[in-house]
This record gives sequence, C-alpha cells and structure tokens, in this order.
Amino acid sequence: MTKEKSDCHPSETPLLDELEKGPWPSFVKEIKSAAQTSESARDLLGQLELSYQEKKGHWKHGGLVGVLGYGGGVIGRYSDAGDRFPKIAHFHTLRVNQPAGWFYTSAALRTICDIWERHGSGLTNMHGSTGDLILLGTSTPELEPTFRELAQAGFDLGGSGSSLRTPSCCVGMARCEWACYDAMKLCYDLTMAYQDEMHRPPFPYKFKIKCAACPNDCVAAIARADLAIIGTWRDDIQMDNAEVAAYAAAGADIQKQVCDLCPTRCMEWDGKKLAIDNRNCVRCMHCINVMPKALRPGKDRGGVIMIGGKAPIMQGALLSSVLIPFVPASELMETLQELIRRIWDFWDEYGNNRERVGELVQRVGLPAFLDGIGLDPVPEMVAAPRDNPYIYFQARKGEER
Amino acid sequence: MSTAPKRITDIGPPRYDKYLHPVIKKNYGKWQFHENIAPGVYCHVAESGDCIYTVRAGSPRLLSVQTLRLFADLADKYCGGYLRFTSRNNVEFLLDDAAQIEPLKRELRAFGFPVGGTNNAISNIVHTQGWIHCHSSATDASGLVKCVMDAVYEHFTHEDLPAKLRIAVACCLNMCGAVHCSDIAILGVHRLPPKVQPELIRRLCEVPTLIASCPTGAIRPTTADGKPSVTVVEEQCMYCGNCYTVCPAMPMNDPENDGLSIWVGGKVSNARTAPRFSKLAVPFLPNHPPRWPEVVEAVVKIVDVYAKNARKYERLGEWIERIGWPRFFRLTGFEFTRYHIDDFKHAGLTYARSAHVRY
Repeated sequence: MTKEKSDCHPSETPLLDELEKGPWPSFVKEIKSAAQTSESARDLLGQLELSYQEKKGHWKHGGLVGVLGYGGGVIGRYSDAGDRFPKIAHFHTLRVNQPAGWFYTSAALRTICDIWERHGSGLTNMHGSTGDLILLGTSTPELEPTFRELAQAGFDLGGSGSSLRTPSCCVGMARCEWACYDAMKLCYDLTMAYQDEMHRPPFPYKFKIKCAACPNDCVAAIARADLAIIGTWRDDIQMDNAEVAAYAAAGADIQKQVCDLCPTRCMEWDGKKLAIDNRNCVRCMHCINVMPKALRPGKDRGGVIMIGGKAPIMQGALLSSVLIPFVPASELMETLQELIRRIWDFWDEYGNNRERVGELVQRVGLPAFLDGIGLDPVPEMVAAPRDNPYIYFQARKGEER
Repeated sequence: MSTAPKRITDIGPPRYDKYLHPVIKKNYGKWQFHENIAPGVYCHVAESGDCIYTVRAGSPRLLSVQTLRLFADLADKYCGGYLRFTSRNNVEFLLDDAAQIEPLKRELRAFGFPVGGTNNAISNIVHTQGWIHCHSSATDASGLVKCVMDAVYEHFTHEDLPAKLRIAVACCLNMCGAVHCSDIAILGVHRLPPKVQPELIRRLCEVPTLIASCPTGAIRPTTADGKPSVTVVEEQCMYCGNCYTVCPAMPMNDPENDGLSIWVGGKVSNARTAPRFSKLAVPFLPNHPPRWPEVVEAVVKIVDVYAKNARKYERLGEWIERIGWPRFFRLTGFEFTRYHIDDFKHAGLTYARSAHVRY
C-alpha cells in the first residue's frame, strides 16, 4: 500500500488499531473499510484517534440543519477540529424511518448503500437506539440530495428534537407466536397517521411510541417509550398437556423451573398434568417462554397501554405505568388515536419546556392527568393505593367550599 | 436535462409487509411455536407446518456500506435476499431451507461475524454514539462495546448462563439506550460542574432557558461585564449535562475526571418479576481507552459471579434480590460507598425499611 500524506492514514491510528484485535467484529475495521473510498470516513478515523489520545470528544453542539420543510430528522454535527479534519468539519446524521421490525431485502439494503455512498460517509448504524436507520455523517449541501433520493426509493426521515420520534416495534406477527396484536401494522399505521408531528416538531419535548406485541417487551417499550403498547390476553393460556409432559420427559423440572418461578404461584404440577389457575395469572410469560411448544397466550388478545417511560434527563428515569389495562387488538388503533390526541392536548397546555409526559404526570399527579385526558381511575393503575393521608379532596358537584 | 423530479415528502417508512420473506407473509400471525436449534439459530413453525429458520450474528452496529453489501450478498446466496436486524443490533438471516444453515454459519464466521446471542446467552450490547458522533459523551461507546464483547465472547456463542444477560453502554446520563433497565449497564459520567463561558453565553444561549434546564436549580442568574450570564452553585450540581445540551457555553468534558460507572440488575421483560431499574455497583472507574481494562474486569467479574451462583432462569437482578445486596458486594469484591446510597428524589424508597438482615 502506498503511504498517503493524510493526517489520519489508517496506519497512523495506533490506539484504534488495538480495537481491531479480538474476536468480536470491530467498528474500527468498518470505519477503515469505508475510508477506502470515503474521505470523510478517513477524517472521522483521524479525529477518533485524537479523542482516544486526549480522552475527549471533538464534536460541537448540533446546529439547525435539515431538509426543506422538515424540522427534524437531521442531527447537525460540527467538529471542533475541522481545521485538521476538513472532511468532517460538518458531519450531519440523517435518521431514516426503519421498516417495521427492521425487515429488509438485499435489494433494499443495496439501494440505501448506493445512495449513502454517493452522498455521505458510507457509514451507518443498524440501527439507532430509537430504531431509525442511521446514516452517519454528511455535509450540509448533501442533505437535500440525499433526502430526495431516499424519498424516491420509498424511505423518509425520522424524528428528532421536540417531535414524535420514529415509532418502533418488535417482529410481532411476522415471526413470533406470542404476538398478541399486529405490532408491525400498528406501528406503521401510527407512523403514517402522525407524519406531521414527526417531521415538524410541535411538542414541549420528544415523544416516543413503542409497540411490543407481548409482555417480554423485546423493544424495551416499558422503559423507553412515553407511550407503550404491550400485548397481552384476557382468557386462559392455551395448553397442550401432552407437550408439557414431553418437556418433563426431556429433563425440564416443571415444579422448580416453571411452577416455583410463577410470580403468583398459580400453577400446579402433579408429575403428569399441569393445572393453571388462570384468574390469578398476571401474564408474565415465564411459563410460556420455558415451554413454547406446550403453552401459548390465550385467544382473547389485545394490549395494555402504558404511559411515561424515559431515561434520567431531566428529573430522573421513569418506568411506564398502566393507563388502560386492556384494549382488544381490533380496537387498538382507534383507541390510541383518541387517547394520543387527548394526551398531546394536555401536554401542550400544561407541559414545561423539555418536560417529558412522564415527568408532567409526576408533577401534576396521575389523578389530575386522568382528569385532564378524561380517563376514569381503575385499580390496575397502581401497585397499591396511596399510603399517605394528604388527600386533595375536591368540591362535590354543586357544593360551595 | 429534464426538469427536477417532484419533491416527495411525508411518505413515511416502507409499508410494514414490503420486505417480508414469502414464508413469513404466508404465515403472518399464524405461528405455532419455535425451537432453539443451536446457539444463534431458531426454527419457527407455523400452524400450516411451514418453517422459517433464523440465523443470528453479532455486528458492531456501526456498519460500512461494504459490510451491508456483504450481508446482502450472503442473504442472496442463502435465503433469497431476506434479512432483518434485531433491537440489539444483531443481523438475522431468514431461511426456508434448513440445509443452508450450516454453510451460512460457516461463511458468517469466516467473515468474522459470530453466530449466537439467543436465549441464555449474552446478546449484543445496546449502545450510543460516544466519541464517534456525540457532543456530550464522557467516553466512547463503540470501543467499550468491542472490549467487553471480546471478553465475554464465549457467552455470546454459547448459551451457558442461568438466564439471558443484557448489557448496555451509554456515554453520558442522557442514556440513549435502555441502559437504566439492563442486567449490566456501563455509563459514562462527568464529575465536574460545567465551566461557564460568559462570552459564548451572550452569543449562543437564552439565559432563562438555561436556568430552567437545571433539575436541581443550581444555575443562578448573574452579570458578567454588565451582560446577563449565569453562575453554578457547584455543590448542587450532579453533572447531568442538561445545561450543556441547551447551551453550548457550559462545557463539561474533562479528560481526567470523566469516567465510567457500572449498574446492575435491571430488566424490561415482565417475565417472573416486574421490570426494574439497574442499581449502582461501581460509582467510578477511570476512562482508559483503547481497552478500558478496569471496566472489562468489573463486567467479567459480575458475569462470572452470576454464572456461578444464580439458579436457572434467574436474571441478574432476581438473583441479587434473592441473595441480598450485601452478599453481592462481598462476592464481587466491589466496595460499598456513600455514593451507593441514593440522595436524589424519592431516595428513601431504596433504603432498607425492615429488620430483614442476612448475617
């Protein structure tokens, strides 16, 4: 190989070279691979080596960049070492809506690759944390041409800033027998219904929707979504006792590994037959996970709607909590559209700048939030009723206080 | 040249069923059960009797177009071009011919992509951008992932743990990734308050927005050279970086004081026990690229102790709950410090409010 005069020739990255060693696939190899044909990938490698030397990032704050008519979808990124690494002086990221469940064909992937090789660094994330396909790094003049070609190929940008972020979902009915509703279709329908809210940020802060088709929650909806739809069922677990016996015969300890780990101890195993007290089943999925051939979710399927999950910034991390204990699968879209409208109205009216909806619920209290969106309180919403006596009693109808 | 084509906007993602394998399309919503044939390989059986085989391989998430084209070529060669990615950044090939599984596995391994990550294995690490592309990172993310996965590689390719074990890396407290609910979380932390740059505040920031951004009210208005500025009450700052996100004139990066913390025992699944947050195991480890030996050692220690002591199907947090936190600290040798005791909002909820003590 001829030695180039670049500031950041691959052979001049001794620290990053250490990360080419070892059995796990190396991101450094990926950057070097892109750097064969992409000058910006080469400069990225150089700047990253500098970060490894100095133990310090070199990206400045995002600026307002984007494509015409959209207020999101592009993360502006500028280097503070642009004099040394001019090809990444601006190095913006495009968030592209992923296909539901992250399914692709080879042809679709190649189309994306060709567009991105023409217009950007040739580096991607498959995928970003929210779910988007991430095209990592291009210059400002390339944004509009990239977007135009993506759109012609049937792809659109995702959300960023104070917008609806690209909704995401698990594989659902495409390849999972536990799907309690059509998560991929619901995710797609919601994304299509709220194009404006995704592309033109209208909110106090970000809003994330995630669709998990069963309580295993493979998309971490309960932890990461402002609005989580988690599949579940109301009737009895479908059971094939012959298959339960087959698992036992194959060495599974049904008592220890299934019954004793059931959170409500609603199962009994007499060595031949498994009996389930379905009224006390909380639909946790453990027994079904252990014996997928023997047990399946019931047939009366739908979803639990939960609200308010988020990571720490600003007021601390929150897990979602129950808003509607069950919505039949066939009514999910209609129910959600009405519910989302009411939640967004309330948040728009009372939310502070950079206040996630979960934090708003914490600040005003769930009872006031329920009043605001017109939902009646039900005991499924709480782990237990309050244990402090400081109750804000309201005036009864017609009563003067 | 013809005129520019009409500008297309607001089309949304490709339709949800556009890229599905014909066997998947045919059996959509009609799957009966699945079997885990080998580490990284599933067989899903439909009510019709049809089977779809999945071969899962680890990826660094940061992928060049060259590698994506390799994946496309492999998909064409072995499974009609159908593939997908998982929520933990693995790539999955979808096959209808079981005879193609072993050849595909061999070729994936030959190209350096390990097959595994299913069931009671360590799956790929969900992570953030780090120094690759983030302005507020206290450390790199991809490098940490590489080092940790190199060290626990055998647990990716073998399903040899008591239960699934999910690791996540976030390079700052924004936690772009479900770090706060992971079995093991590696979190980049700052330890010094932001350095106010009054000159830049004037040019770049709205002072009231900046003041409102602080969760603890540590940012107070002041004047610098007669112009509006802010001052930080340092003992009130817990280094979240929210002010820096709204105002670039409050930088926090500090090579010597930035570092890593380790959190354990979180989960998002509802199986057996309720979803829960990860809890602090190690408050600070130094930032030592390129191989972060202290972080790798701590993670391996946790995995080893868990693998040796937990019961089958017991997630890390469920195991710790059974044996108690004092024993977790004794078994791992991690020092318990004042930093492990919460003093932010709702702190009392994590205090021991019973006389249940193991001796």
